[in-house]
Amino acid sequence: MEANFLTLSNPGVAALGNLPVVPLDELRRRVIINVNEEGWCVSSFFGVELGGRNLLICVLRDDSSSKLHLLGCEVGKSYKSLTAECAAFHLFERELRESTGIEPAGHPWLKPIRFNADESPDPGVTDYFALGGEGAHEVSVGPVYAGLNESGHFRFQCVGEYVHLLEISLGYQHRGIESMLVGGPTKKTLPIVETIAGDSSTSHAGAYCQLVEAMSGMQPSKYAQMIRGIAWEFERIANHAGDLGALAGNVAYLPTRSYCGRIRDDFLDMTACLCGNRFGRGLIVPGGVGYDVGKARAQELIARLDKVVPDLENALDLMFAEQSVLDRFKNLGAVSKETAREIGLVGMAARASGLSCDVRTHLSYGVYGEHPVEEVVLNGGDVLARARIRYDEIRQSLSSLYLLLSSLPEVSPCVSATRDISLPSDTIGVSLVESWRGEVCHVALTDGDGRFMKYKIVDPSFHNWFGLAMSMRDEQVSHFPLCNKSFNLSCCGHDL
Amino acid sequence: MDWWLVSLLSALVLCPLLPGLVNRVKAFFAGRSGPSLFQLYYDLFKLLKKGRVYSLTSCGLVGLSPWFSLGCVVVALLFMPLGMCDSPLRFTGDVILFLYLLVLSRLLMVLGALDAGTSFEGMGSSRKVHFSALSELVLLGAVVFLICLTGRMDLSGLLNSAGVASWGRYGVLLLLTSLGLYIVMLSECCRGPFGDPDTQLELAMIDEAMVLDYSGSDLAAIRYAASLKMWVFGSLFVMVLLPADLLDGFQGWLAYSSSIFATALSIGVIESVMARYRFKKIPQVLLAGFGLTLISLVFLLFFGGR
Repeated sequence: MEANFLTLSNPGVAALGNLPVVPLDELRRRVIINVNEEGWCVSSFFGVELGGRNLLICVLRDDSSSKLHLLGCEVGKSYKSLTAECAAFHLFERELRESTGIEPAGHPWLKPIRFNADESPDPGVTDYFALGGEGAHEVSVGPVYAGLNESGHFRFQCVGEYVHLLEISLGYQHRGIESMLVGGPTKKTLPIVETIAGDSSTSHAGAYCQLVEAMSGMQPSKYAQMIRGIAWEFERIANHAGDLGALAGNVAYLPTRSYCGRIRDDFLDMTACLCGNRFGRGLIVPGGVGYDVGKARAQELIARLDKVVPDLENALDLMFAEQSVLDRFKNLGAVSKETAREIGLVGMAARASGLSCDVRTHLSYGVYGEHPVEEVVLNGGDVLARARIRYDEIRQSLSSLYLLLSSLPEVSPCVSATRDISLPSDTIGVSLVESWRGEVCHVALTDGDGRFMKYKIVDPSFHNWFGLAMSMRDEQVSHFPLCNKSFNLSCCGHDL
Repeated sequence: MDWWLVSLLSALVLCPLLPGLVNRVKAFFAGRSGPSLFQLYYDLFKLLKKGRVYSLTSCGLVGLSPWFSLGCVVVALLFMPLGMCDSPLRFTGDVILFLYLLVLSRLLMVLGALDAGTSFEGMGSSRKVHFSALSELVLLGAVVFLICLTGRMDLSGLLNSAGVASWGRYGVLLLLTSLGLYIVMLSECCRGPFGDPDTQLELAMIDEAMVLDYSGSDLAAIRYAASLKMWVFGSLFVMVLLPADLLDGFQGWLAYSSSIFATALSIGVIESVMARYRFKKIPQVLLAGFGLTLISLVFLLFFGGR
């Protein structure tokens, strides 16, 4: 490893002046070598205007040394794109062009990724790939659905029943979250962060709180860390259980679908028992947690878990023992390990393809330092692997939950929550959290007054939508709903 | 004759109970109370009161095909022996007419779906045509076997002349053939594991995709025709299984009707305990059904002592 990256732990803070700014050639060389050969991953890549000059900032995650590496680069209106050599950058560069106007020269397909309601182009108006020839036809799905789906547009270029290419066009849910956060932190910042992706509220809140805590030098108590861990694991189990039920429903396997729908609710209710909100909003606040749990409530939660866990295991064992379900899941929508690495998949979808990338293990933060979790990595990368990894992670989260709930102290220490946060000026901070879907990365830059000058959010969905497109190549178009559910990505997390 | 009329009326009136029964069984397995047994009656009533909306690309076929398709199914029903009684309209060779009325009904639905001009309906139609071609094979196999067994050429004779005596002798072969017909019933009525009537996922639909553009009374006709089709295919299966000379009159009607409801129950159980097939597997299973009828035929011809 070369010395002059800015190397941080998770969460990490440094003065902006310490960020090395190198010429483009050097950034390209170092980033490409480390991503392609050393196995580093692109956590974030964005542009910021600093004192009249365009600065590109690249945040790389290095699992082997458990560090984050940052590098800056000054560019003009245009620079030579990294995508051709390093595919994981392709969406970041499209976003960069859209948000800053800096042109990545040589990028293969600079389509818009988000749409603003009052600007051109109109939502959804863009070029699409098209396939010609006999037997070729186009199927387009969305952006308006009959069910309670988020808006996203999928275009399949099919030959008969087979999908040659799937193009995913998102951006309909764009709310301008990053620009709303500029000038913060304010009272509004936390509620906004919690709605980046509603199903990962506690993860995004956790990433934000860790970030401002690290930047302002606050140290949340061990007790608060434990409560955060409990909220994160409840969120993980609720979503995984809901997804497994939805996967069962997708193949019309009724028992598991029905039971998991109910069981997901049980876990959401347990989160509500922690803080009064089923998605854990308001629980994680800068400096600590907003609500005390206490021994009595911990006991109640353990009792509730004891009641629901056998039901959950029963429902899942039933599904994983059913041949007709396994037949549907197996060898479907496979993403190979090489592809997963190349396009920069994160989270459980990447782990289902054999990549080891759990932030909780490799860049442990909060409660996971003291109570480590063992990473679950499976091979295959098909729908079955993405289903199994959910079950395995549920089991593991359950054991973490039991441990955390039972080791909460007898007398609860005071829960500290700071409402007034003052951040140091001209600082850069990075914070990573492993949400149930994958890596959540928040990067903040403060200006001379200690306000956010730039707040960059990367939701795991941003990395993984392309994985879904890859998984559908040469599959039957009828398998799309199942593949889609096996990733279960968020549109609003991508659209911000 | 009288009991045939009673059976015909009960088929026309009671067939909307079949999907309700399937749904109740599914709800029971899921631990829910589920929709009313009479839900389809309410739905039909509601739909009949509603207006219709047509696709702009349509040449008018969309509005006609559901009604003609329903008509085909009703006429086909008239040739069936119902409740252990021969059809009064039977004639030699009516089985061919019967089979092709069902094909015509399907063809009209496919044309209507293509007329609506959406990609989902095109996809659904293409799947339907593919799978139906194979289920016809099973039907033909079963008919040939029954012709060889009974020596009759009319549908009533085919289904209604294998009595207890032939059951004693050819019971296994009749069982195999009825199993083939059961597979056809599931596939043609788009029930699990071949299809999922509850699915919301357009890309994975077959029959459901073909009717996405229908509304109001047209949709009512389609849903009524679907349940009547379930009755027709259920009857085929049941009539092969029930020995013809065992019961007659009221008892015959009772045995016949309750067997059809029992068949609906079994569909509910199947849909509750297994996932649906991927599309690639459906042709394989249909061909397996054809294989069953072929085995019956071969055993009958070579070892049947005829």
